[in-house]
Amino acid sequence: MKLDTKIPQGKLEEKWRNYQVKSKLINPANKKKLNVIVVGSGLSGAGAAATLAELGYDVQCFCYQDSARRAHSVAAQGGINAAKNYQHDGDSVWRMFYDTLKGGDFRSREANTYRLAELSAPLIDHFTQQGVPFAREYGGVLVNRSFGGVQVQRTFYARGQTGKQLLLAAYSQLSKMIRAKKVSMFPRKEMLDLVVIDGKAKGIIVRDLVSGDIQRYAADTVVLATGGYSRVFRLSTMAIGCNGSAIWKAHKKGAFFAAPSFTQIHPTALPQSSEAQSKLTLMSESLRNDGRIWVPLKKGDSRKANEIPEEERDYYLERRYPSFGNLAPRDIASRAAKERIDAGYGVGRLKNAVYLDFKHAIKQFGLETIKDRYGNLFTMYQKITGVDAYTKPMQISPAAHFSMGGLWVDYELMTTIPGLYAIGECNFSDHGANRLGANSLLQASVDGYFILPNTINNYLASEIKETTVDTDHPAFFEVEKEVKEYIQQILSIDGNKTVDHFHRELGKVMWQECAMSRNKTGLEKAITQINKIKESFWSDVKVTGHSLELNTELEKALRLADFIELGLLMCTDALEREESCGAHFREEYQTADGEAVRLDDQYAYVSAWEYSNGDFKLHKEELEFEFVKPTVRSYK
Amino acid sequence: MKVAFRIWRQDNPNEKGGFKEYQVDNLNADMSFLEALDHLNELLVLRNEKVVAFEYDCREGICGQCGVFINGRAHGPHDNVTTCQLHMRSFQDGETIVIEPWRAKSFPVIKDLIVDRSAFDRIIEQGGYISAKTGTAPEANAIPIGKEISDRAMDAAACIGCGACVATCKNSSAALFTSAKINHLNLLPQGQPEAYRRVIEMTAQMAKEGFGHCTFTGACEVECPEGISITNIAEMNARYFKAKIFS
Ligand SMILES: Cc1cc2nc3c(=O)[nH]c(=O)nc-3n(C[C@H](O)[C@H](O)[C@H](O)COP(=O)(O)OP(=O)(O)OC[C@H]3O[C@@H](n4cnc5c(N)ncnc54)[C@H](O)[C@@H]3O)c2cc1C
Ligand code: FES
Repeated sequence: MKLDTKIPQGKLEEKWRNYQVKSKLINPANKKKLNVIVVGSGLSGAGAAATLAELGYDVQCFCYQDSARRAHSVAAQGGINAAKNYQHDGDSVWRMFYDTLKGGDFRSREANTYRLAELSAPLIDHFTQQGVPFAREYGGVLVNRSFGGVQVQRTFYARGQTGKQLLLAAYSQLSKMIRAKKVSMFPRKEMLDLVVIDGKAKGIIVRDLVSGDIQRYAADTVVLATGGYSRVFRLSTMAIGCNGSAIWKAHKKGAFFAAPSFTQIHPTALPQSSEAQSKLTLMSESLRNDGRIWVPLKKGDSRKANEIPEEERDYYLERRYPSFGNLAPRDIASRAAKERIDAGYGVGRLKNAVYLDFKHAIKQFGLETIKDRYGNLFTMYQKITGVDAYTKPMQISPAAHFSMGGLWVDYELMTTIPGLYAIGECNFSDHGANRLGANSLLQASVDGYFILPNTINNYLASEIKETTVDTDHPAFFEVEKEVKEYIQQILSIDGNKTVDHFHRELGKVMWQECAMSRNKTGLEKAITQINKIKESFWSDVKVTGHSLELNTELEKALRLADFIELGLLMCTDALEREESCGAHFREEYQTADGEAVRLDDQYAYVSAWEYSNGDFKLHKEELEFEFVKPTVRSYK
Repeated sequence: MKVAFRIWRQDNPNEKGGFKEYQVDNLNADMSFLEALDHLNELLVLRNEKVVAFEYDCREGICGQCGVFINGRAHGPHDNVTTCQLHMRSFQDGETIVIEPWRAKSFPVIKDLIVDRSAFDRIIEQGGYISAKTGTAPEANAIPIGKEISDRAMDAAACIGCGACVATCKNSSAALFTSAKINHLNLLPQGQPEAYRRVIEMTAQMAKEGFGHCTFTGACEVECPEGISITNIAEMNARYFKAKIFS
């Protein structure tokens, strides 16, 4: 199957306009008759659901939390990028596009990346209109700061809770459309499978998480906006409920999965403190604007941080990457931390951390300024660790954070299943092999508010003529039956190990072999180990309670069963790509001083995996660089 | 570390429910409170019992999904934190810890420690938004907003919707939540066109949902994880009277 990206003709800056001019329109009377299912109410899902409803479509929106307002977009702290050039520091759409493409190590499409940059400025206008209290100067204009991987200030923020404020704005718009009866909102309902009829996505099967009922929902098109899947590592910065189930089930029904192994490991999370730990808390990357990262020069130095004099500290990012210093991109900063920790220079009780120090910034700008910039992050640090970071440096450590990979989508954000779209973090579109900080709130929002509402019509225009299917179609009953049997199968295993036990096992393998650095032997071993975990899960897991009730243990088991399979695909993908690019660092492909070796003549493609009978078949979308020339990504 | 958890168990909304005690050991002080409950649940599974149903998602104090009464206080012994940010180091070895769901008429229990807070969503649906369609926004810097105003809007907007304010209030009032939402939008120039309607309709919905009246005991602001101040309630009341007169 040849992957058709549907990238429009023309110059880079004209493509999106050219697309819109040619895309089919639907008159308002017909829009009312068209139903859209949106799974997810994060920035991408809520934005899409609200905007599609404003346009006149009939929308049904689902999430697993008790309220749409709790989607994990809420947790983003640092900020959102936009090429506004308010700081007059030479920013432009082109520069933002280039930074993003380069940040992704030239493993994403030029056209998509350009569109992301192009739509960034109007998005800030949009959110300001919706009441997002972005940080402002005394004179009343918006403030910016810098984020990793760029040399201009283009990040907008709302204290340390940008994602929360953006999500609340999206949720407020969603609420407005719920009141207008144009959106039906279904919280506490988890999608367990996709219904495909005559090759097109026509509905979903969900489990009502309160009653346990399995229910069928039909529509003319289905949009997945289900977020990232980094919980496959168990310990990550994701919320506990974040899952890969919706996209995994879609994958098994025919949607190709692109670059599954491209996972961002964030350099500044709080280190793991015990085996029982359930998640890792992120400290925003914005802290690297003013904080300096270091480890002791002496191996195993047991002195307290404040007792180590300046000349005995190794500011290793500043040393290795003088031009970007502490603002080196995430993959590079994480790998550099891992390198120091593995070499025995780690700090903290478990020697698994590095310092992030504000001593100099406080001296330079004063305590009040630092409090104003990061106050709530310091408070959060204190709450979790009991340490006052105004007087002692923070201890930080790398953690799984973001899935660049996801369902393969074309320029219209449609997957390889006609009528099935994927937006936000659950698709693979703009970030290539590494996402720049503050670009994903942007991507999720732009996908939902601006892009999908302008592409979905191109498909739905031809669906008007089709007879609408309803949930009495035999295909719905068939999938419903499969889902019910699958649940019974899990409940009837009645083994002697908990779901969490298997999740810890899976997480260890994934973190060891498929995270910051990877190699052939390790990945092959990981595949064998995950297959064993899978086998053991299906013979030894124990889930108490039954299916027709609120059963949190069952929810976890269903999600984990999919994560195990997804883990296999991630390792398969990492094994296949014999080069180092962005977050994907293959130890066999590095320079003498440990920098990545990218092999453009062999691997300048997006891997797109097809599921076939439990096996994965590789398809390649060759990346064509028409407007920029891929260069060696250097931040030195 | 070892503790006894005395937990409210209630299989469904119609059942009466009651406390059950569980001895749990092999805990450590660095574990979060919810991780200790995870640990208990793993033990329960292995004993072939149903797990304790409790809520969480982000586990970093920002989504507002967690929240239980611990030893008689919403979100546990500390001021201004969420349940998920509480650690076992806040308890004594050997202590008995009593855990109950939020208790409020407008938050009915669904199961064990899980309650239904959808009343909050319905309050927002009555005007907790700015009615402007996607695609109609003017240039962001076209309307300057002074830092003081913008900071005050931000303070109010910080609410995470956990419901601790309602749970801790002897009147089960939702005034802190509702006022924070109203003030956030009504402080901003973008919120002005609907300012009167917003305060009238959202407060009406609050009453309709059965939340009690605020008698300014101040209990809510102590438990609020975001430290939302009760001056917000006074401000809402003032806005309400103004709206009644002028709208
Ligand atoms: C701690 C943290 C900090 C971050 N900071 C930043 C930052 O500063 N800047 C930045 O740009 N990005 C940041 N990110 C990344 C960014 O927040 C996310 O990529 C983005 O918000 C994802 O939005 P989304 O709409 O795709 O998914 P989400 O917001 O995760 O929403 C997913 C939705 O899908 C629903 N869902 C999932 N599975 C199912 C199912 N099976 N059935 C039904 N519903 C389902 C959920 O209920 C939820 O509503 C951060 C991420 C994390 C974790
Ligand atoms: S779990 Fe999100 S606030 Fe506690």
